[in-house]
Amino acid sequence: MKCSIKTRNFLGRMAGIAVLLAGVLLAATLCFGAPPGPSQVPSIFRPQSTPANSIFHLSLLVLAITGAIFAVVFSLLAYSVRKFRQRDGDDGREPPQVYGSNQVELAWTVIPILIVLVLFLATARVIHSIQDAPKPAGAIAVIAIGHQFWWEFRYPTLGVVTANELHVPVSNPANSTPTFLTLLSADTDHSFWVPRLAGKTDLIPNHPNHTWIDPQETGVYLGQCAQYCGVQHAKMLLRIYVDSPEQFRQWVEEQKKPAVGNDAVAEGRRVFESTACVNCHAVSGTIADGHFGPDLTHLMSRDTIAAGAAANTPENLRTWIQNPDAIKPSSLMPAMQLSNHDLDALTAYLETLR
Amino acid sequence: MSSETIALNAVGESSRPIGERLHDWVVTVDHKKLGILYILYALFFLVVGGIEAIIMRIQLIVPHNHFVSPQIFNRMMTMHGTTMIFFMVMPILFGFGTYLIPLMIGARDMAFPRLNAFSFWMTAFGGLLLYFSFIGGNGLYGAGTAPDVGWWAYAPLTARAFSPGHSTDFWTLALLVSGIGSVGTGVNFIATILCMRCPGMTLGKMPLLAWLNLVVGGMVIFCISPLTAAQIMLLIDRYLGGHFFDTQAGGSAVLWMHFFWIFGHPEVYILVVPAFAFVSEIVPVFSRKPIFGYPIMVAATIAIGFISFSVWAHHMFTIGMSSYGNSFFVFTTVAIAVPTGIKIFNWLGTMWGGKIQLQVPMLFCIGFLFQFLIAGLTGIMLGTAPFNWQLSGSYFVVAHFHYVIVGGIVFALFGAFYYWYPKMSGRMYNETLGKWHFWLFIIGFHLTFDFMHIPGLLGMPRRIYTYEPGRGWEVWNFIVTIGAFLQAAGVLVFVVNLLWSLRKGDTAGNDPWDAWTLEWSTSSPPPDYDFAATPVVRSRRPLWDLKHPEDPDWKYE
Repeated sequence: MKCSIKTRNFLGRMAGIAVLLAGVLLAATLCFGAPPGPSQVPSIFRPQSTPANSIFHLSLLVLAITGAIFAVVFSLLAYSVRKFRQRDGDDGREPPQVYGSNQVELAWTVIPILIVLVLFLATARVIHSIQDAPKPAGAIAVIAIGHQFWWEFRYPTLGVVTANELHVPVSNPANSTPTFLTLLSADTDHSFWVPRLAGKTDLIPNHPNHTWIDPQETGVYLGQCAQYCGVQHAKMLLRIYVDSPEQFRQWVEEQKKPAVGNDAVAEGRRVFESTACVNCHAVSGTIADGHFGPDLTHLMSRDTIAAGAAANTPENLRTWIQNPDAIKPSSLMPAMQLSNHDLDALTAYLETLR
Repeated sequence: MSSETIALNAVGESSRPIGERLHDWVVTVDHKKLGILYILYALFFLVVGGIEAIIMRIQLIVPHNHFVSPQIFNRMMTMHGTTMIFFMVMPILFGFGTYLIPLMIGARDMAFPRLNAFSFWMTAFGGLLLYFSFIGGNGLYGAGTAPDVGWWAYAPLTARAFSPGHSTDFWTLALLVSGIGSVGTGVNFIATILCMRCPGMTLGKMPLLAWLNLVVGGMVIFCISPLTAAQIMLLIDRYLGGHFFDTQAGGSAVLWMHFFWIFGHPEVYILVVPAFAFVSEIVPVFSRKPIFGYPIMVAATIAIGFISFSVWAHHMFTIGMSSYGNSFFVFTTVAIAVPTGIKIFNWLGTMWGGKIQLQVPMLFCIGFLFQFLIAGLTGIMLGTAPFNWQLSGSYFVVAHFHYVIVGGIVFALFGAFYYWYPKMSGRMYNETLGKWHFWLFIIGFHLTFDFMHIPGLLGMPRRIYTYEPGRGWEVWNFIVTIGAFLQAAGVLVFVVNLLWSLRKGDTAGNDPWDAWTLEWSTSSPPPDYDFAATPVVRSRRPLWDLKHPEDPDWKYE
């Protein structure tokens, strides 16, 4: 047998793969270990809220256990291949025929059973702590409704309705103000996932779900729909703004106001109210009270349009009304077929909805 | 025990007209021909499904890419999943089972040869229906062609309101029809293994491949039924005004999930247990030792068969089950790691103290062991419900199940191809090309699926046709796409090797591997009747007994 060169090659390549894997792990560590800052990477290993944090700690335990199992079994595999490969000038005799060993097999049955028990108990504890957490008195209630392909957020106790950008107050141990969300769907299945704040929970029609977050630091947290919901699943993005208590109070006050009236854009308002816009969108204080699309009363208070697919700039807004496919192909927003004049007037009107 | 054959079959074979020879293949009820038909059919769909994967990977190579539209991407994603599970991996495993089981248990054919042919043609018809949707799915103008509801086809996306036209119907009917074929095969496997064994082959002396396929047969019967029921309910919803899954009329989306996953999880084991079977045959031969702990291997397989029916809701940890429900499914899910771990240890035990020959089939099996280990460990991560709330629906889970299906099952399959190719074709494959295939494929595999875990951890959901820049996902997606091309190159080398060796390969002879099971006692390729005289066995390794009369196995078993 000409095995030596082949096996040496084989081992070299196995080593190559091992080095490669080590590189991956290193890169991943660098990536996840990046200091919290302006980075927008929604890594599950940089938790900022109790549910995400409990999961993070559980994941460390699971990674440690699985890492140890990997190290042991991989070493056995590599050692076997290295030690027991057929050598050059082998005498061609068969090795001793071993059929099994009850003691050894019992050992590698019992030890995994013990590991499984530990894993199960640790997991059950975290499941209970997240799922069965009581709702404190100071909690903010939000109803999140998934639509193809955007998010509706209603604050029943505060009387606020908004879309795609959820504002919540920061929560700290001294003054706990978590946000408890009820998750509903208007059409197909969706999933609410903001990795740094909590694991995902699905929004399923006829099947109300619940989740909660208590973000510990102000800032913007990114997420997106995590359950395939149709053609534009990819651009059903989600932003959570964690405000200081003061900012949050201010934001609520602003959102509760009816839409501002401004005579300078009366022409645009006429266009808005006389086209199909009002069938799907609502603007409080006007005849527009549609519910198929996002509430536009305070459109300009949002940073993005089209569920985060584009920045909220006048140019993007105009493009979005004229040809939504340019930003988000096959979203349910129709191209409005307006003249340039009407388009400009309408955009100008929407720009005043602060 | 007989190794003589009657040399009649080859006479005049190549002089017969091509039409007549093709006709033979269409009307055949011979398990070997049907097995090869299954395999060729599945290889065709491997290429088709692979092309669909490559289209998706090109689209995702950079953020905001415009290679394909979202509609086309969603169709590719649905067709890739459906094709690979139902029309590639399942038929190819059934093909190997159909080919090998009678040969390994010393029978001349399956218990029900005509049911066998029926099963194959139903499966083939299913695949045809699915792909006919590209032409016939456009029931309404602009309603789309191929199905785009994902391979789980979650309700209510499949309701008429969200899925007009006929594409979803083609998907439903394709699975319904091929499911009938699968149940036929399951019944046939069980009947053959229980009733057709040669004299002396008690259940405890069967090759492991037969044992494992017996378990698969049982699982197929029990898990295809709920899928078929669900497909019929969906058809009732779509055509007879039913409301099982029509949420707008009070139906339940969750009901579909339960039906689908009570099929879907055992299905994973239906795919992986035959892969275990290949490894359990190949590793001993190339380590020159019998399988370590045969009884516990059988017991572990049966345990997996049963437990696999109690874990389905771990695909549904995010749907809002109670904490008790979640805990139950965590327990069953991590529990299944025990019998699976036993199997890995026993394969290692088989290699331990042997003389390992690193030929291509064994290389693929070592690849299988390494990757299946990692796949099992990421499976444990996914099995702990809270961790799952972060990982499921992300690219991490995509990487995990490709580790199972490609890193595990497909590697074992390639091992099986190289191992039994000499038996099926009578020719040896080209060892150099085989090594090229192995290294290209394993490097491509690791580039693709190792790095695919990372964007999942960084919050990238699956099934998105494009993604935002600046979330730390770009580099990983780029590497993943490069790896996909390397894998495709590896598969190309494999196909070239198969075709080239068919004409130019060295003659294999009956027993090129100095192996121990009955299929190596007959000629390569085997004659129509498999064995000239019915073999009689006394142990699990009848050919070992024959080759080592001084030290036969039956003295120890």
